[in-house]
Formats: sequence, C-alpha cells, structure tokens
Amino acid sequence: MVVDLSTIVRPPESCLDASGQTRVIRSRKGWIGVDVAELWRYRELFLFLAWRDILVRYKQTALGVAWALLQPFLTMVIFTVIFGRLARFSSNGAPYAVMTLAALLPWQFFSSALTESSNSLVAAANMISKVYFPRLIVPASAVLSGLLDFLISLLLLLAVMIWYGVPFRANLFLLPVFFFAAFLTALSVGVWLSALNVKYRDVKYVVPFFTRIGLYVSPIGFMSTLILQKFGPVVHFLYCLNPMVGVIDGFRWCILGPGFEPYWPGFFASMGAAIIMLAGGVVYFRTTEKRFADVI
Amino acid sequence: MSNPVISVRDLGKRYQLGGGGAHDTLRDQIAHGARALLRRLGGRADANDDSRAPEEFWALQDVSFEVQQGEVIGVIGRNGAGKSTLLKILSQITEPTTGEVRVRGRVASLLEVGTGFHPELSGRENIYLNGAILGMAKAEISRKFDEIVAFAEVEKFLDTPVKRYSSGMYVRLAFAVAAHLEPEILIVDEVLAVGDVQFQKKCLGKMQDVAAREGRTVLFVSHNMPAVLQLTSVAIVLEKGRVIFRGGPEEAVEVYTNAAASDSAVTFAVENAPRLYAGNFAAKFISLRFDRMVPIFSFGEDFRFFATVRAVENLPRMRFSMTIFTAGGTPVGSCFSKEADGIGPGEQAEIEVVLPNPRLAPGKYHCGVAVGRGDNRNGHVDFDIILDTLGFEVLPEVGEGGTVSTWVRGWGSTVFPELRQTILPSKG
Repeated sequence: MVVDLSTIVRPPESCLDASGQTRVIRSRKGWIGVDVAELWRYRELFLFLAWRDILVRYKQTALGVAWALLQPFLTMVIFTVIFGRLARFSSNGAPYAVMTLAALLPWQFFSSALTESSNSLVAAANMISKVYFPRLIVPASAVLSGLLDFLISLLLLLAVMIWYGVPFRANLFLLPVFFFAAFLTALSVGVWLSALNVKYRDVKYVVPFFTRIGLYVSPIGFMSTLILQKFGPVVHFLYCLNPMVGVIDGFRWCILGPGFEPYWPGFFASMGAAIIMLAGGVVYFRTTEKRFADVI
Repeated sequence: MSNPVISVRDLGKRYQLGGGGAHDTLRDQIAHGARALLRRLGGRADANDDSRAPEEFWALQDVSFEVQQGEVIGVIGRNGAGKSTLLKILSQITEPTTGEVRVRGRVASLLEVGTGFHPELSGRENIYLNGAILGMAKAEISRKFDEIVAFAEVEKFLDTPVKRYSSGMYVRLAFAVAAHLEPEILIVDEVLAVGDVQFQKKCLGKMQDVAAREGRTVLFVSHNMPAVLQLTSVAIVLEKGRVIFRGGPEEAVEVYTNAAASDSAVTFAVENAPRLYAGNFAAKFISLRFDRMVPIFSFGEDFRFFATVRAVENLPRMRFSMTIFTAGGTPVGSCFSKEADGIGPGEQAEIEVVLPNPRLAPGKYHCGVAVGRGDNRNGHVDFDIILDTLGFEVLPEVGEGGTVSTWVRGWGSTVFPELRQTILPSKG
C-alpha cells in the first residue's frame, strides 16, 4: 500500500478551472462586489439548501404544512374583527377579509424570510468554518425556503376569494412580479441582518421586535391611502419608502382589481429603497464575509 | 515541473486575541466609540483602556512552499502549529493577512467529514445535500449515488434519518460522500482519525487511488505518522506558524519527532493520579516524561523516559520496574532495573530510565511503572506504582526506497531478532 511515484500519471484534462486560469487567494481590501459567475456555478447548492430548510421545517410536526394555512387564516380573522368590525377601517368596498389576506400573504413571507435569513449564517456556522462556497447563498436560500409556505397560503387566498365571490381578474397574472418584489425586499433586509448577526448577536433581539412592529406599521390592517387622507402627501410618500408598502399595494391591486391601483410614484420609491438597501447589504456582506469564519 | 499546482508565498495570518474577541455586541462597539471620543475630547489617555487593546497572534508567518501536480504532500506539526489555519486559507474559508496563494484547479477540502449533515434528514437526502455542499453537481451525485452507498455500507438505512445512525455508520456515510469528490486538489484533515480500523484502511486505499491513478494532488494533514509515511511523497513540518522543514516524509517525521525542545517534552504529572495498586509509599512518583515532545519512537530505538521521584523515608537503594502494554491492554513484557543508590528522606530526584531496543512492533503502547526494592528473582517491594501512563507510539521501519515494513497485528507486539537458518549437511 505504498504510493509508487512512477505510477503517477499525467494531469487530467480537467485540471484547470473552466476559465483555465489560476486562482489567487490573498487578502482583499476595500469594497467587494458580487461574483455573479460564481453564484451561478453554485445555483444547485442554493436550491439544495432551500430544499433542506423546507424538509426540516415540517419534519416531526404534527400538523406539518397545515401551519402554512393556519397562521395566515387566524391572523386574517383577528384583523378582520379588530380593524374591519371594531375600528371600521375602509376597505374600499372590497371584503375586508380578502383585503387583509392580500396583505398578509406577502407580509408573512417577508417576516418569516427575515427570521430565517437573519439567523441563517449563524446556524450554518459549521459549514462556513469548514467548506468554501459563496456565502451569499445562505441568506438567499433561507429567503427562498419560504416560497412553499407562500404557495400553500395562496390556496387559502383562492378559497377566501371564492367564499366572498371576489372575481378572478387578469391582474392576478402580475402576482409573480410583486412576489419577486417581496423576495427582493426580504433579501435586502436578510442580507444585512445575517451579516450583522455574525458579529453582533443583538440581531436576534431586533428581528422579532422588528417583525411585530412591522405588522402594524405596514398597511396590513388598513389601506395605504389612509395615510394619504390623514397625514397628507409628504408623509404618504415617505411612508412608501417602506418597501413592503409597495409590495402590499401591488398584491392588493392584483387580487382586488382597479379600485386598488398602487400609487405608482410611491411604488417605485418602495422598490428603489429596496434595491438601494439590497446593494448596500450585498456590499456590506461581501466586505465582511472574509472574516465570517474567524468571527462566527 | 516548473508549474506548481499550489504555490504559497510569504503567507501570514494574524488573529486578534482578547479584546477583539468573538461576539462583541453593538453595545461594546458603542461604548468603545464613546470612550474613544471622550478621550479625544479630554485630550488624555484613559489608563484602563490600553489594557483592553487586542493582543495579536500570528498563526502563520512567512510560509512559502510549492506543490506539484500529483504530489501527495503531508503537513505535520503539533496542535497550534498552524496546520488548520493553512488549510483554511487554501480552501478559501478564511483570508490570509499577508502573502498569497496561487491555485490551479478545483479544490475540495475535507476539513471535517459530514459537514452540513442534517440529523433530521435521511441518508439519501444527506448524500445529496452534503454532495452539493462539497461542490458536486446534482447529476454527478446521482451518477455516483450507488457507489457512495456501497462504499458506506448503509444500503438498508438509506431512508432512516441519520440521527438514528450509529456513529460508525454516520462517519462511513460522511466519508463516502467526500471520497467520491473529484477535485484536482484534495485537502484532507485528520479524517482518518474516525471509524474502525477496517474502514480506515478502505479510506487510505481510496486516497491512494485518488493520487496515484488519477494524478490528483492531495494535501494530507495528520497526527497519524504511519499514515503520513504510507501516503505522502513529500511533507512539510510546521512549527509555531513557520515551515521548519520540507522534504521526504521520513525526514519530516524525524524532524517532527525530534523537534523536541526539552521544555516542551511530554510530561505526565502523576503525583496526584489515582493509584490502582498501592505501594508502601516510602517514595512517590511526581512526574514522568519522555525526552521528546511527541511520544513517537522509531522501530529499533531505545525506549527512554525520565521519572521524578520524591522519597518519603530514607531509601539507601532503589530500582525501577516497568510493564509495557498494548493499546488493547495486553501486557507485552516487563523488566527490572538493578538496585542502585537511592535518595534521602524528603529529597526529590529525576532519574533517567532506559530500556535498550525493546523491538516493539509498530503500534500504540502504554506503560505501568514502579519504583521499589528487590527484583523478580529475590522478591521485591514496591514503593509506588503508576499504571496507564507514558503512552507512546512506535513507527514502522522505513526502508531505503521509502517503503514501509509490514507488520500484521496477529504476529504479536514484539519483533524478535532475525531468524537464523542453516542447512545441515545431509547424512548420506
């Protein structure tokens, strides 16, 4: 069982990188951008990690995937009773339950994506200190893992729409666009929080607080036009800088139709805010990721 | 061979200790910032603050070496010598502080098998997940799936969550996935320390295949000297973050074993160790140590240790005795020294004890030692007896061409002297 040097053969053809280049590992200084080609090479890992999160989430639960229906349903009931019946907020003629649920779906996706992704790097500490792969995959796959829950909760939406006799409009086909907006928004916050959490475990305390407040600050139990009516256009525009405002308005428009068309300048401000946050988050992430393995 | 696969130049890695510690909270940062601001405003240094300045520690310094295509290079060194840091830099897990590494080809690192295994998932699911984490494409995993399962010998349990696996099965599955990676450069860290002997052999064989048949480059880090001798074609020795030797594995192992600054020799503090058999305590062992920092002996070498003994009563004469046991606890043999001058009451002395060439077969051993009077012929009294101490390892003999001698366990633990054979004149 001895390595006989004479048997060592020529290098295999595949010896070089696809690019045929030599990789240089050295200390990187300054701001670091995204290596898109590398992320693409690791796309399967991205999907695998999301798949793992989904598998693990419902293993050893009694109700399993039913949780994805139960949570939005109960929240919808409570919001309908409190805001629709007691506070009598306007729903612009639409059934209050549908209006609330249309907002709850992206919100639930966003808030669980936030919880999962902010903790994702720390939870993957073992992997990060043992294996190299683009770290951005970790928070991104955590965000993606909420997709299944979201799709399941869409079934609830369909049922509620049928129950209230809300017509299915062509607008519904735009839903994926606004879901993508929700994904970007969740990712932008998730990237920041996951990277911050590596160094500052304070994030663990911030996130639940953040999602709880966000539930009331975002236009879920009411319509964003209420802000316009009560506080005027300037406040309303600033309010729209919360990216979830744009996402929720878009969802309502898809589901409830013309009477719910978003305030477009506000919507683009929302998305602009999300994209700026995402860009900043990615730069912060990439710049600090070289120390993840040392700090985590 | 002027085009190395890995070329490391002036590599250094600095860590900050203490103040710059791991999980500092935002509050710490804010407090630190505020203090710095106050200091600047006040124009004088806060005396307490300097004590919190983080200490620096260079895990690697000025490390340079090259690895050629198809080489199996061993990296050896004590714990804390910088091996793990080096591997982490090579596998891009952490960044160097200074210097650079140039790498041609895909690198896969097995810093720990089973990374990313999820206990709730089944064996099948974990093969895919772990494969993906280690950089395999899904198609590639599917292609090798049966091979991996067969290698790991877990066919029956594929759909059982791995949390219900025995630790042996778990490790086998984890290694099987890793062993089927096909990188150009494979980095292996101590994975052979796991699993049973038979599986370890299988793994060693697999690694040799990887290097010899497929022309891949392997970086192998281990404390397992026989494995280093057996697998590697060159080796580097790290000490305190620097490369102190690069060359053939035999010399490397020698350098590693003899780098014995006596101040760092292995010492067994036995003064307060529990005594399984009590002597009469006329004297007591304080400590035992080898003359080297790593308790590894070459075959054919004298076995030497140092005992520090304190006399309670006056001991005009004393002698040592020793039994060597295999790792499994079977006694290999025993011996006595001749009675010699002792020490006075309350005195303490260090005594060198040598067993000339015990001809122990390669393997792991430990000793029981006693200090006392008399011997096996004329009756004896023991003052103090220590068991399960002075653990050491004997390395296999290395021949001229780098071949390692074979010694099958079943042949026993002692290598007798060479047999003589003579053809007798025929009576015809």
